[in-house]
Amino acid sequence: MKFTLSWLKEHLDTEASLEAIADTLTRIGLEVEGIEDKAAALKPYVIANVISAEQHPNADRLRVCMVDAGDGAPLQVVCGAPNARAGMKSVFAPPGTYVPGKNITLSVGTIRGVESRGMLCSGAELGLGDDHDGILDLPADAPIGMAYALYAGLDDPVIEINLTPNRSDCASIHGIARDLAATGIGTLKQESFQQLRGEGACPVPLAIELGENRDLCPYFTLRLVRGVTNGPSPDWMQARLRAIGLRPINALVDITNYLTFDRGRPLHVFDAKKVAGGLTVRLAREGEELKALDGRTYRLDAETVVIADQNGVESIGGIIGGEASGCDADTTDVLIESALWNPRNIARTGRRLGVITDARYRFERGVDPAFTLPGLDAATRLVLDICGGTASQPSIAGEPPETDHVIDFPWTEVRRLAGIELSRAEMKVTLESLGFHVAGSGDRVKVLTPSWRPDVEGKADLVEEIIRIAGLDRIEPKPLLRSETGTVGPKLTVLQRRTRSAKRALASRGLLEAVTWSFIRHEDAKLFNGGGTDLALANPIASDLSDMRPSLVPGLLRSAQANADRGYGDVALFEVGQCFETDQPEGQSIRAAAVRRGSARHAGAGRHWSGTMPVVDAFEAKADALALLTALGIQTGGLQIVAGGPEWLHPGRSGTLQFGPKNPVGWFGEIHPKAMKALDLKGALVAFEITLDALPLPKYKPTKVKPALALSDLQAVSRDFAFVVGRDVAAADVIRAAQGAERKLITGVEVFDIYEGVGIPEESKSIAVAVRLQPVERTLTDAEIEAVSAKIVAEVAKKTGATLRA
Amino acid sequence: MIDLETLERDLLGQIDTAADEAALEALRVSALGKKGSVSELLKTLGTMTPEERKERGPLINGLRDRVTTALGTRREALQGAALEARLASERIDVTLPLREAPEARGRIHPISQVIDEITAIFADLGFSVAEGPDIETDEYNFTALNFPEGHPAREMHDTFFLAPDHLGRRKVLRTHTSPVQIRTMRSVEPPIRVIIPGRTYRHDSDQTHTPMFHQVEGLVIDRQANIANLKWVLESFARAFFEVDSVGMRFRPSFFPFTEPSAEVDIQCTRKGGEIRFGEGTDWLEVLGCGMVHPNVLKNCGLDPDQFQGFAFGMGIDRLAMLKYGMPDLRPFFEADMRWIEHYGFRPLDVPSLVGGLTA
Repeated sequence: MKFTLSWLKEHLDTEASLEAIADTLTRIGLEVEGIEDKAAALKPYVIANVISAEQHPNADRLRVCMVDAGDGAPLQVVCGAPNARAGMKSVFAPPGTYVPGKNITLSVGTIRGVESRGMLCSGAELGLGDDHDGILDLPADAPIGMAYALYAGLDDPVIEINLTPNRSDCASIHGIARDLAATGIGTLKQESFQQLRGEGACPVPLAIELGENRDLCPYFTLRLVRGVTNGPSPDWMQARLRAIGLRPINALVDITNYLTFDRGRPLHVFDAKKVAGGLTVRLAREGEELKALDGRTYRLDAETVVIADQNGVESIGGIIGGEASGCDADTTDVLIESALWNPRNIARTGRRLGVITDARYRFERGVDPAFTLPGLDAATRLVLDICGGTASQPSIAGEPPETDHVIDFPWTEVRRLAGIELSRAEMKVTLESLGFHVAGSGDRVKVLTPSWRPDVEGKADLVEEIIRIAGLDRIEPKPLLRSETGTVGPKLTVLQRRTRSAKRALASRGLLEAVTWSFIRHEDAKLFNGGGTDLALANPIASDLSDMRPSLVPGLLRSAQANADRGYGDVALFEVGQCFETDQPEGQSIRAAAVRRGSARHAGAGRHWSGTMPVVDAFEAKADALALLTALGIQTGGLQIVAGGPEWLHPGRSGTLQFGPKNPVGWFGEIHPKAMKALDLKGALVAFEITLDALPLPKYKPTKVKPALALSDLQAVSRDFAFVVGRDVAAADVIRAAQGAERKLITGVEVFDIYEGVGIPEESKSIAVAVRLQPVERTLTDAEIEAVSAKIVAEVAKKTGATLRA
Repeated sequence: MIDLETLERDLLGQIDTAADEAALEALRVSALGKKGSVSELLKTLGTMTPEERKERGPLINGLRDRVTTALGTRREALQGAALEARLASERIDVTLPLREAPEARGRIHPISQVIDEITAIFADLGFSVAEGPDIETDEYNFTALNFPEGHPAREMHDTFFLAPDHLGRRKVLRTHTSPVQIRTMRSVEPPIRVIIPGRTYRHDSDQTHTPMFHQVEGLVIDRQANIANLKWVLESFARAFFEVDSVGMRFRPSFFPFTEPSAEVDIQCTRKGGEIRFGEGTDWLEVLGCGMVHPNVLKNCGLDPDQFQGFAFGMGIDRLAMLKYGMPDLRPFFEADMRWIEHYGFRPLDVPSLVGGLTA
């Protein structure tokens, strides 16, 4: 919403400075977006007399002018404008002036060997229009030395405010003035609108034919003015419209635009001679078209409310008029329309047609119903004043909707919600100056809302009105005391704590945390078991951001590849974030995942004097996964690592992490070549993913005491065994069997060698383990150690079919 | 008769010049071994008369002692020299660069870091952390929050929709963290004091907007929380977050469907050459929206607005991160460029806390 200072002062009697007004606007919720003060910006530009204009000695198209700018000796200026001539009045800028139209700052220069001390300017150079024909050519009586902005009436600062959608009343300069006046910065100039009677009935029949959809246009008023002269509107009106960015068209159109801003009352004018028969407000017929005043042709649907005559649609109600019945210089009889339209339907139609007009802007926010007929009268008066003619009586269809709304308001509500003590007198004055009517006295009053404030519904709204005018800065901050006494207890849930810890743990392993999109391309989602219709966006912003991600890994893999494409192939990324299995809240989980590419291992990457790091393998991903579980304090006793994983992993180089077959919590491994191809990936890539929600919760224990530590002073013994087992036997099974042979004595089983080849049968491998025995009561005898060893061999043989290697 | 002096001179001379421990050992054997020159002399003592022995004994024993000492001294010297030579040969170039440690390479994304900072501050003020799903119903994202039917935010050009279900209902990607206000108020009895950090989505993509971003919401519901308390909470937060003694804040009346009265908050700052400083200056920068929870929202959650009251506030986490740490653009936050993460990310063990300070 834009307006000029002088226009505001038509409605507000004030001595306040521009700065004070701007500060107040922002303070009461009408945030100032910007102030354009041309008088300040164009201060150095003065009116000057061109004393002489001679041909430049070295350039055909240039002239050397002597210029009198009113202060001292004439100045020499080289000018390229074709219209520069002796005796003309134009606008001069001295060296040091910033030229907005050219984005340069002038300096004393030499142009083709002739010195030039300043510049004669065109309107375009001043940023005032796009006339590039030549320098400004002012009337002969323009006073030399006067600031051009002052002379041209450009000294009216333009203020633009950012209007929140609830404040339809301030899409009007009068409304803004009312809000300002409530702060005491000035006095609102109240106009009394005498009803304008007119002569004779309006001869154009008017009907609202909306059936049960009457609320789409509850009220419609119309008046005919005969015998008008539709020339240009007066200079003052044109200047104001131009200042806020509107193009003056003709007096009748300008009057409607003027009142749209002045009073927030959009109007429309039809050339009465171009209207055939009566005017009917109705729904459009599907496919009807209108060539509108903006030159575009709109195809309408059956929910669009239009004003039609015998020729068809003449105007889209509350949004834009049609070209056919528009007013031009030949118009002598004019129909002025002032109506009410349904905000939601205006918004819908405007959006569907993609048309933004000042009328739509106001009607979709809500226009004061009580000012419908007064608005018509105000417009009629301006038409009579400017264009002459004779007005008819108004023709009226429907009636203005009831706007009276009474709020039962205890004054204490302000203290209760805002925490500030204001006097009743101040609060009452505020409400009344905003147009509310306060009835009654004592603790509770009845507050009647004005017709222009449909946004004020209840007590909280009145509190807002009172405190925004009082100023939010008057509310003193008061501590919000903690509900607990003493120290603060834990504020995070187990999952929240684990989510935070997971990030720190993975970053500590040299991984970089990425935050990738929650939506990925459909094909990627499908590859990772997602891509269902329930998780596809109906309106993705781009085709590669279309489906809610079923896993963090596709996004990380593509990010890793993108880094590789930039020349950083050894990249290790992780993310901890949400994934989606269904569109239900339970279908969303928090996962932690990491991707390592190239040789980006935990220990380092790439070539180094200490040895070149080999490319990553599945064990690198396994190490990340297990380190994470350990860091999260998960008891890994029950954790099983099962060979194989989901189909996007190498079937022989992947594993599933589970707490029993029914409780899988994640996976790790090398990416399957097919998945690599589908995702357009190259190089060595491994990944893991763990669902944090699936991890077992810590068991509640009534004590924090750790189990007693029993240390033995007796020396531990280690015995090595080399077992020959089938190639597919899992090392974990050998370890478990060895461990189980003598639970009390055996405190550790380490695999220290894996061998296949000469000396080992086909399809077999050798697994060498070191078993640690920790005696508790007394040192073991050789015989006892032998007995345990035999037990271990027997147990491993029984569980895995192993034989002791010869 | 062997000349003892000559023998001693010869032996000591040889010991002094022995090149290594092997030569020295050979000398020892030749002098003090079974058949050594000095041992042979010692053997002659037994055949001597007492008078002779009295005279020759001390001389020969003295010779033996001096040779033994000389051998020992020379051995030590040779061992020392050998050790020095070995150590000299074992020298390494300690300036060779190491591989960077994992803890030095890893990084926490600024969004995670800032969420941790915000959480630390609000936990100290007694707030818990609440969360909710990214895929929301129209009811939670709009209706219960007092958005009227036909509000522009409900349109396809502002909000991401999922495909309609068999009843034609369309889920949305939450456009703000505010639906968690509703989820919280419908599941927890007041007093309520939570912050709600999370991902949010809007159908918007340009220089300063990404279709996904992060917000943190705050909600306080009890029987007396008011705007004065809201101002105190936000001022306390801003001081702690920007780590300055005081922050100028400007509360401007504004409008949100789910709060009444509503305000936007600007903080005072100064900008010098691409750098922003808070707690000084004359510029104002908008950082958050807030207000008293709208009576309709309370009613929608089964709370009587004449009994319960409270406030809510919301701010952009990504924006707070940009303001505090100076990233010029939003888009790279989500591009996973390792150069960006290494530069703007945080070290794994720089865990923000109030006791240790948010940042080092």
